[in-house]
Amino acid sequence: MDLKFSEADVTFREEVVNFLETEYPDDIKEKQDKRIPLEKDEIVRWQQILNKKGWFAINWPTEYTNQEELSVTQKYILQEELAKANTPTTIPFGVGMCAPVVYTFGTDEQKEKFLPSILNSEVWWCQGYSEPGSGSDLASLKTKAELKGDKYIVNGAKTWTTLAQHADWIFCLVRTETTDIKQEGISFLLIDMKTPGIEVKPIITIDGSHEVNMVYFDNVEVPAENLVGEQGQGWNIAKFLLAHERSGIAGIAALKRELSRLKDLSSDIPLGEGTLLEDVQFRNKIEETEIELTATEFTELRTLAAMSQGGSPGAESSILKIKGTELQQTISELFVEMLAYYAHPFYLENEIGTNETVGPDYAAPVMPHYLNYRKVTIYGGSNEIQRNVISKAILGL
Amino acid sequence: MDFTFNEEQTLIQDQVDQFVQKEYDWETRQSLSNSDLGFGESNWQKFAELGWLGISVSEDSGGFGGSAIESMLIMEAFGKGLVVEPFLETMIMAGSLIDDHGSDEQKSSVLEPAISGEMHLALAYAEPQSRFNLSDVVTEAKSDGENYILNGYKSVVMNGPSASKIIVSARTSSSQLDENGITLFIVDSDSKGLAKTNYKTVDGRRASDLTLENVSVSRDNIIGGLDSGFEILDSAIDKSILAISAEAVGAMEVLYKTTVEYTKTREQFGTSIGKFQVLQHRMVDMFMEYEQCKSLLYMATMKHEEGAPDAKKAISGLKYQVGKAGKFIGQQAVQLHGGMGVTDELNVGHYFKRLTTVGTIFGNTDYHLKKYTSL
Ligand SMILES: Cc1cc2nc3c(=O)[nH]c(=O)nc-3n(C[C@H](O)[C@H](O)[C@H](O)COP(=O)(O)OP(=O)(O)OC[C@H]3O[C@@H](n4cnc5c(N)ncnc54)[C@H](O)[C@@H]3O)c2cc1C
Ligand SMILES: Cc1cc2nc3c(=O)[nH]c(=O)nc-3n(C[C@H](O)[C@H](O)[C@H](O)COP(=O)(O)OP(=O)(O)OC[C@H]3O[C@@H](n4cnc5c(N)ncnc54)[C@H](O)[C@@H]3O)c2cc1C
Repeated sequence: MDLKFSEADVTFREEVVNFLETEYPDDIKEKQDKRIPLEKDEIVRWQQILNKKGWFAINWPTEYTNQEELSVTQKYILQEELAKANTPTTIPFGVGMCAPVVYTFGTDEQKEKFLPSILNSEVWWCQGYSEPGSGSDLASLKTKAELKGDKYIVNGAKTWTTLAQHADWIFCLVRTETTDIKQEGISFLLIDMKTPGIEVKPIITIDGSHEVNMVYFDNVEVPAENLVGEQGQGWNIAKFLLAHERSGIAGIAALKRELSRLKDLSSDIPLGEGTLLEDVQFRNKIEETEIELTATEFTELRTLAAMSQGGSPGAESSILKIKGTELQQTISELFVEMLAYYAHPFYLENEIGTNETVGPDYAAPVMPHYLNYRKVTIYGGSNEIQRNVISKAILGL
Repeated sequence: MDFTFNEEQTLIQDQVDQFVQKEYDWETRQSLSNSDLGFGESNWQKFAELGWLGISVSEDSGGFGGSAIESMLIMEAFGKGLVVEPFLETMIMAGSLIDDHGSDEQKSSVLEPAISGEMHLALAYAEPQSRFNLSDVVTEAKSDGENYILNGYKSVVMNGPSASKIIVSARTSSSQLDENGITLFIVDSDSKGLAKTNYKTVDGRRASDLTLENVSVSRDNIIGGLDSGFEILDSAIDKSILAISAEAVGAMEVLYKTTVEYTKTREQFGTSIGKFQVLQHRMVDMFMEYEQCKSLLYMATMKHEEGAPDAKKAISGLKYQVGKAGKFIGQQAVQLHGGMGVTDELNVGHYFKRLTTVGTIFGNTDYHLKKYTSL
C-alpha cells in the first residue's frame, strides 16, 4: 500500500494542467467562475473539446472510442484537475448512461447508430424513468408501449426529466406487458424527441430555475428496432445502469474545490476583529466537513481499486451516493451561512453575474444553489432508498 | 404558572387564524408575493381597521396596550399562512422601538400613522461587514448645526422598498465595534442623498440596500439619546426575535402536518410511504422539534414580559432552537415530499425558504449559541 503517484502519473497531471491552460475557453471559464448557468451550446462545445483530447468518454471500452485507455489513477487525476479548474460538469445522460447500455446490450446496428453521436455530443439525451406515480418504486411504472407490426405505440407520462428541453432523444423504461412480477414487463426503449405526440412541459423548481420537465407521450410511434436488449429485459438494464449512475454521483473532486473556495472566501469576511474563517464555530464545521470528505474520497478510491481488480460497483456505490450528496448539501449550506444576510436577495438565472445584484459579487448564485441541491438526496434513488439497499445487500437485513 | 390565553387574546388568535384560513389561501399568497408591492395593501388596511397593527403598542403611544403575547399570537397565525404583509418590520422592529423610546412628536408623526395603516417603516441596522453584531457600525453621523449628516451603507433592510421612514443606526462617537457611540435616526425615505436598491428576497418578501451620501437629518429625529442607540436597538431586536420565532413556529406546524398528510396519501411499493418506519421516526422528530420551539417561545415571551433577569438569555436560546429546528423541519419536509418538495408550485418549498431566512435574520444558530454562552 502506498499513496504516492508514479512518475508517469505526475507527467500525466502536467499534461492535464497544460491542456486546461490552452484549451479551456475563456468565455466558458468566465461564466463558470461567476456561476452563471451555461447555455446548451457551451456545454456541448466543452464536451467536444474534451472528446478531441480523448478525455470525454473515459469509461467506455476503447473499441468504441479509438482512444487510449486511462488507468484508474489517471482518471482520478483528470477528474481532480478538471474540477479544480472549475470546468463545466459534463451531462451524463448520453455518455454515462445511454452509451453503456447501448454498448453492453445493444445490437451492432444500434451501436453504430447511437454511439458516435454521443461521443461527439451531437445528440443530447435525457432519461425517462420516473413517472408521477412511480418515483422510488420505479418498477411500478405505467407508460405503455404496445407492439403493433414493426412499431411500438407509446402512451403515458414521464416526469422530473432533467434537461428534456434540450434533448434530441430520450431513453425510456416502458411497460410492454402486464405481468404478475411487475419488473418482468419492463423494456428499454430509445425514442426520438421529434416524434409526433411528444410534449415537453417545464417544471420550475424552488430555486426559480427550469431544469426538469414533464414529458407526455400520446400515441407516439417508435420503430421496434429502437428496443435495447430483449423485450421484458428493461429492468435488468435499469439496474445495471443505476450502478453506473451512482458511482459518479459523489463528485469528490468538485467538493474539494468548493470546500477550498469556501475557506478562501470566508477568510476575507470580517468578523469583529478577525475573519469568519478564524471563528471557532465556523471553522469547526469546515474541518468536520473536510474529514468526512477525505473519508469519502478514500472510500471511493478503495471502491475504484476493487473495480480495477475486476470487481463490480455493487451496493458499495450506495455509500458514495449517500456520503457524496450529503457533503454537497452541507457545503452548499455553509456557503449560505457564510453570506448571512447577503444570501437573501434573490435573483433569477438571467440576473446572476450582472451588476444589478447587491452584496459580494459571488453572492447571487449561493442561495439558488443551496435550494437546488436539496434534489441530490432525492434523485438517483433517494438516500432513504440507498440506505435500504445497503441494509439489504450488505448487512443482509 | 399559567399557559392559557385570556379572553381578548383568544379572540385575536381566532380572528387572525380565520383571516389566514379564509382570505389567505396559497394562490392569494403567491399572487401578493409576486406583485410589484410584494404584499396586499388592502390586507394592510384591514389589519389596521381590525386593530391588529396597534395591538401591542402602549396606550400612551396611541395603541391598544397589549403585550408581546398578542404579537406572538398574530405572528404565529401569520406564519401558518406565510403572510407577506410586513407586520414584523413596520410594527415590531420599528414600531415597538418608537413606542418604547420615541419622543411624543415622533410617536404622533411616525407611530400613529403606522398604527392606522398609512405609513410603512423599516429598521436599518445591518452593514456589509457587521453580520449580526448590532454594535458593528461604520455608517457615521456628524453634527452640523441643528442637523446631522449621515454617510454610509445599510444592508438588506427588510420592507425597505415600502417604508417611507427608516430608522438608521449610525456612529456618532467611539470606534467601529463599540456599543457606545451609536445613535438611531428616523430618516425620510425621500431624503436627498438616500438611494435605495430594491429587490426581492428568497422568501418572497422585499428588501433594500441603502446608500447614504450626506443625508441631512434634524436633531429631532434622534430616537432616545445621542450615543445611546445600542441598548434601544438591542431591545427592539429582542422583541423582533420573539415575533419572528412565533412566525417560525406557525410555519413549522404547517410543514410537519403537511408532510404527515402527504405521506399518508402518497403510495409507493403498494403502500402509503407513511408506513415506512424511517419516515415515521423522521416525522416524529420534526414534530418534537416543533414542540420544543413552541415551549421555548412561550417561556422566552413570558420572561420578556415579566422583565426577568435572564430574559435575554432565554431569547438567544429560543433563536438558536428556531434556527436548528427550522432547518431540520424545512429540509426534511422537502425530502419527504420527494421531487414534489423541490417544485415552485407546491407550498412546501416556500415554507422551507422562509424558515431558511428566519434562521439567519437577527442572528443564526452560531451567533446565538455564542451569545447564550456569554450571557
Ligand atoms: C431535480 C430532479 C431531477 C431529476 N431528474 C430525473 C431524470 O432526469 N430522469 C428521471 O427518470 N428521474 C429524475 N428524477 C426523479 C427522481 O429519480 C425521483 O424524484 C426519485 O426517484 C424519488 O421519487 P419521488 O420524487 O416520486 O418520491 P417518492 O418515491 O414519492 O418518495 C417520497 C419520500 O419517501 C421516501 N421513500 C420512498 N420509498 C421509501 C421506502 N421504501 N423506505 C423509506 N423511504 C421511502 C423517499 O426517500 C422520499 O423521501 C429527478 C428528480 C429531481 C428532484
Ligand atoms: C437498566 C434497565 C432497567 C430496567 N428495569 C426494568 C424493570 O424495573 N422492570 C421491567 O419489567 N423491565 C425493566 N427493564 C427492561 C426494559 O423495559 C426492556 O429492556 C425494554 O423494554 C426493551 O426490551 P429488550 O431489552 O428485550 O430489548 P428489545 O425489545 O429486544 O429491543 C432491542 C432493540 O430493538 C428496538 N426495537 C424493538 N422493537 C422495535 C420496533 N417495533 N421498532 C423499532 N425498534 C424496535 C429497541 O428499541 C431496541 O433498540 C430494564 C432495562 C434496563 C436496561
